[in-house]
Amino acid sequence: MTSTAGSTRRPEPLRRRFSRGERLVHRSAAALMLLCAGTAACLYFSPLAQLVGRRHLVVVVHEWSGLLLPAPVLLGLASRAFRADLRRLNRLAPYDGQWLRAVRKGAPGPRPAGKFNAGQKIYAGWIAGAVPLMTFTGLLMWFTGALPAISRASAIFVHDVTALAIAVVVFGHMRLAYRDPEARRGMRTGSVTTAWARKNHSRWAEEPGQRRTDSS
Amino acid sequence: MSEPESGPPIARRVMLSMLGLGAAGIVAAPFVQNGWERVLGAVSQHDPTGLSGLLPNPGGFRYYSVAASVPRKTAADYRLEIGGLVERPGTYTLGELRALPQTRIVGEARCTDGWRVPDVPFAGVLLSDLLDAAGVRAGGRAVRFTCFDGVYTESLTLEQARRADVLIALDMLDEPLTHEHGGPVRLYVAPMYFYKSAKWLSGISVTDKVIPGYWEEYGYDVDGWLDQEA
Repeated sequence: MTSTAGSTRRPEPLRRRFSRGERLVHRSAAALMLLCAGTAACLYFSPLAQLVGRRHLVVVVHEWSGLLLPAPVLLGLASRAFRADLRRLNRLAPYDGQWLRAVRKGAPGPRPAGKFNAGQKIYAGWIAGAVPLMTFTGLLMWFTGALPAISRASAIFVHDVTALAIAVVVFGHMRLAYRDPEARRGMRTGSVTTAWARKNHSRWAEEPGQRRTDSS
Repeated sequence: MSEPESGPPIARRVMLSMLGLGAAGIVAAPFVQNGWERVLGAVSQHDPTGLSGLLPNPGGFRYYSVAASVPRKTAADYRLEIGGLVERPGTYTLGELRALPQTRIVGEARCTDGWRVPDVPFAGVLLSDLLDAAGVRAGGRAVRFTCFDGVYTESLTLEQARRADVLIALDMLDEPLTHEHGGPVRLYVAPMYFYKSAKWLSGISVTDKVIPGYWEEYGYDVDGWLDQEA
């Protein structure tokens, strides 16, 4: 039997990963984060500052994008799917320990994971702590003297060091996404192939009662 | 109904740890900040790439401009205008400013944004010399500074402007002022925060009262003395 490449291939079975609301939360939080970090770079890094100038405008955009950064997540709490995923992100399952050990040893091959792997769970918790910290210290820089007990210099120090850490961590987050087109597709379209889910999120793929959707 | 994933609340713990770390950082900041600045200062002084400017609190200067772009001026086209409530308004070229008696001041450059550079030599003409040469008229109480970036302004009271540590700077770090540092001519107000030391200075005008400068319109102190918290 002969087959014509491509034409007779059945569409790969797809699995729903993110609702429209969740993708909207991610997209708006990502846009605000890029705006906030981009303007921060224009304030800090001299060559960029020389290119862009307009310091007051850049400061205003930085302040407001930073202040609005938690808004998508807070609005997302209205979505049942988003709340359910937050619960999943929060819980360290026994197989997450295996995942972490495998990463630490640099072991090749698939590692066990639920809908989110242990790294994603730690990333979510870390960024959820780092952003309010930036908001708090940023507000102290914005409204100088609002809390006389904390000097402006201390607020700036914590804001700067945390900013550097966020730059490294968010860059890592984007690099991992860049290396996995299927994961990006999950966040872009809401669906992933079941093959990808079985390989990268085996425990989630095995969960019963999940509705399959066919690609169109 | 059982949860699909169960176990200890890892994300919440990581989040709370991060918040705790931040609180500890705020408490520890006054003690660790100097060491941190020294390390970054040492790094940025041996850094040909300029990439250490990415680090927070680099030991070097940071570039601030409120304008979209700043024209470059040289000895050929630079002019400093002196006017307002003076007997003899006039214009100085860069050469004329260099021909006047020069004063060298070693001081600190400290920004309200937390960075500071100690022991920076500035040299140039005392502002009080220029004011005396122009002859301040009765009723002159303050000085307004304008810049050839077209946007920035600054102000001093006449008393502040006549201090022996307020300079129309032509040199910085014993070299002619570069464009990035506000050259060819900038103001240097040694006892105040660095935002008072307007870059790209092009106009000095004596006024009857203090007209708040650019950042002062956005809430900065009009008197930016260093010895009090910004």
